Amino acid sequence: MSLLYSDLQEELRGSVRALLADRCPPSAVLARVETDTPYDLDLWRALTTEIGVAGLLIPESLGGAGATPGEAAVVLEELGRSCAPVPYLTSSVLATTLLLRSGTPAAEKLLADLASGASTAAVAVSLATSPYDVKSSGVTVTADGLTGTVTGVAGAEPADVVLVPADGKIHAVTDFTVHTQVSLDQTRPIATIELDSARSTRIAPDTEPLTYALSRTAALLASEQVGVAEWCFDTTLAYVKERKQFARPIGSYQAIKHRLADLWLDIAKARATARNAAEDDPDEITIAVAQAWTSPVTVHAAEECVQLHGGIGMTWEHPAHLYLKRAKADSIALGTQGDHQDTLAKAANIPATPHGTGH
Amino acid sequence: MEVRDRVRAFLDEHDPSAMSRTEFLGARFDAGLAWVHFPQGLGGLGASREQQGVVEQLLAGTPGPDGRQGIGLGMAAPTILAFGTEEQKKRYLRPLWTGEEIWCQLFSEPGAGSDLAGLATRAVRDGDDWIVDGQKVWTSGAHYADWAILVTRTDPDVPKHQGLTYFICDMHAGGVEVRPLRQITGEAEFNEVFLTGVRLGDELRLGKVGEGWRVAQTTLMNERVAIGGGRTERGGGIIAPVLQTWRDHPELRTHDLHRRLLSLWVEAEATRLAGARLREQLTAGVPGPEGSAIKLAFSKLNQELSGLEVELRREDGLTYGDWTFRRSDEVAMFSRDAGYRYLRAKGNSIEGGTSEILRNIVSERVLGLPQEQRADKDVPWKDLPR
Ligand SMILES: Cc1cc2nc3c(=O)[nH]c(=O)nc-3n(C[C@H](O)[C@H](O)[C@H](O)COP(=O)(O)OP(=O)(O)OC[C@H]3O[C@@H](n4cnc5c(N)ncnc54)[C@H](O)[C@@H]3O)c2cc1C
Repeated sequence: MSLLYSDLQEELRGSVRALLADRCPPSAVLARVETDTPYDLDLWRALTTEIGVAGLLIPESLGGAGATPGEAAVVLEELGRSCAPVPYLTSSVLATTLLLRSGTPAAEKLLADLASGASTAAVAVSLATSPYDVKSSGVTVTADGLTGTVTGVAGAEPADVVLVPADGKIHAVTDFTVHTQVSLDQTRPIATIELDSARSTRIAPDTEPLTYALSRTAALLASEQVGVAEWCFDTTLAYVKERKQFARPIGSYQAIKHRLADLWLDIAKARATARNAAEDDPDEITIAVAQAWTSPVTVHAAEECVQLHGGIGMTWEHPAHLYLKRAKADSIALGTQGDHQDTLAKAANIPATPHGTGH
Repeated sequence: MEVRDRVRAFLDEHDPSAMSRTEFLGARFDAGLAWVHFPQGLGGLGASREQQGVVEQLLAGTPGPDGRQGIGLGMAAPTILAFGTEEQKKRYLRPLWTGEEIWCQLFSEPGAGSDLAGLATRAVRDGDDWIVDGQKVWTSGAHYADWAILVTRTDPDVPKHQGLTYFICDMHAGGVEVRPLRQITGEAEFNEVFLTGVRLGDELRLGKVGEGWRVAQTTLMNERVAIGGGRTERGGGIIAPVLQTWRDHPELRTHDLHRRLLSLWVEAEATRLAGARLREQLTAGVPGPEGSAIKLAFSKLNQELSGLEVELRREDGLTYGDWTFRRSDEVAMFSRDAGYRYLRAKGNSIEGGTSEILRNIVSERVLGLPQEQRADKDVPWKDLPR
């Protein structure tokens, strides 16, 4: 197993990066955040039709590219670098992984539509759900269909179909209403999904595919976070080389150089954990380490970016805040640092205080 | 033949229980399995560095180099490989690998630590020889070393980086005097070394006259990787004894320590993976400044984990193994008690370049940030204020 990128992955990165440079500059991302179309569907169409990102994880027999998580991870790094407002993580990773794991004929039918990007899916669970603690949804199933409300769902606005866990099973629903919530992360807002006697198709007879998909998506989220951290770092590094105070570049002051050296090292470690978690079949420890390390490092990178830009870093006009908001939201998404550490306690045999004997 | 097959074939022919450690290591050198990224005939196969992992894995449990050989293996060997003449490579590498000859590092001086290029030990030509006078300090293992890597000043009239020359120094030569320096651990692992009229033949020079800084850079880059870049398993290295204590003593666990231990476990694993990734990037040859960063990460972890362990042990943490003043017979962290590890780890952020200097190196050479404003670059060494 290599922790480096393959030539193929670098090639894929090159095409995604070029397309994003062209169609997803920070000014465009910023201009969109206060409109009522938070997702850039033209950009999404370009990514899916020109590069085929939507079908990467889907096998060729179902119309996809049959690529590995390593490729999806590279796409996520680039999307993170741009805070691109597209439903890749939510549809092409989370929903897709769930459907692949269920493997039912109904799931395969949906996958064939997702592979081309012609259709987009979301999973009706809160983005804040920890893969280690998946609660029941509060959606009820009656003879009339599915009824209930799910809050905190990411990628709902552009979704043609939502996958709803209810009654211990997973259902696909196309008849639902979406209300975007005022969200911290403006480039991946969360929304409320309402179901009112919605007709559904059975996707899986139990919710194991959901837990599995949340865990695998957490593994790949680390790569998106690395992309976010990398943008913050590169932007800050360029700025401190150019900005002068006291007649010299602020990047010549040791107080700043040393902070950036430490941050660079933290991000190098984050990349190593994210690459490790992007292998084909990562174990629980690998995923937990990637999340528990990368989440706080990415938030720190975004915070340093704001701080080292001074006043300009506090402005709406500078894109740093988009990354800070994404970084902070990502640190809550799919398990917090603490949730992943708790899992390590069990998986790596670092047991907690036994009851009654602690100090 | 694949490296894997070579190791298997080697093991078929050499039974470690039927030969001495030195013989076994010698045979391993001759089979090219000492350091596979070295050239053939010099203990290697000209393979990639990462292949060494395969060798170590398959040879696990067989007699290997010991703690005294660290400086030879990690610093002297790659420097000799990079700058030595063919005769020097043939003469020094094999006994260095087998442990028949032990090496130490005569770099630091009382007046030149972080600012190594400011060093004052003089080497003056005398016919075909050089006469060396000066004082070195913090020399680990000088008391059991046979050879040293030594940096001297041969030209005081040029700026400091340009007037240095690098030598191999015979530690048994006349005029070499080693005195122990007691450390915070109670024992003396390092020494001060007085060099008085030490005569070194020109065949002991490593690299060109005046090229000493470039040669020393190779040593230092390798030193940092050697200190920080070792292969470990998940949960291995410095965290292993802490985890052992944690598992063995449920009564010592607290909620606070649990959270801190989990955070450090994650950091240790992230550091281990970053080291593995770095090694993948290194092709055979000189590690770049990125290697320095791993040493930075390693010393922070060692210090935090050993500190946590002493605290975790509570009353036992109030005790210490042995303060008796003695000369250490090797540099070893793991066979020692937690209190020793805690104190010894303090040296990790000083030896081989302090953490402050390593951050300078990362920010200037990796990130391309401007250098500090310096007063010492274009001035002849002899005119520098000191
Ligand atoms: C356990 C141990 C073993 C050692 N073994 C050897 C050995 O075998 N051979 C050998 O040659 N040497 C050895 N050393 C010496 C080591 O390399 C030096 O101690 C080290 O380079 C620091 O030099 P110094 O002690 O003179 O401290 P100084 O350079 O005086 O540093 C003092 C403090 O100032 C800081 N500082 C200095 N310059 C700057 C700067 N530009 N910016 C910011 N901060 C700065 C340092 O980081 C440090 O905190 C060993 C040291 C230790 C602790």
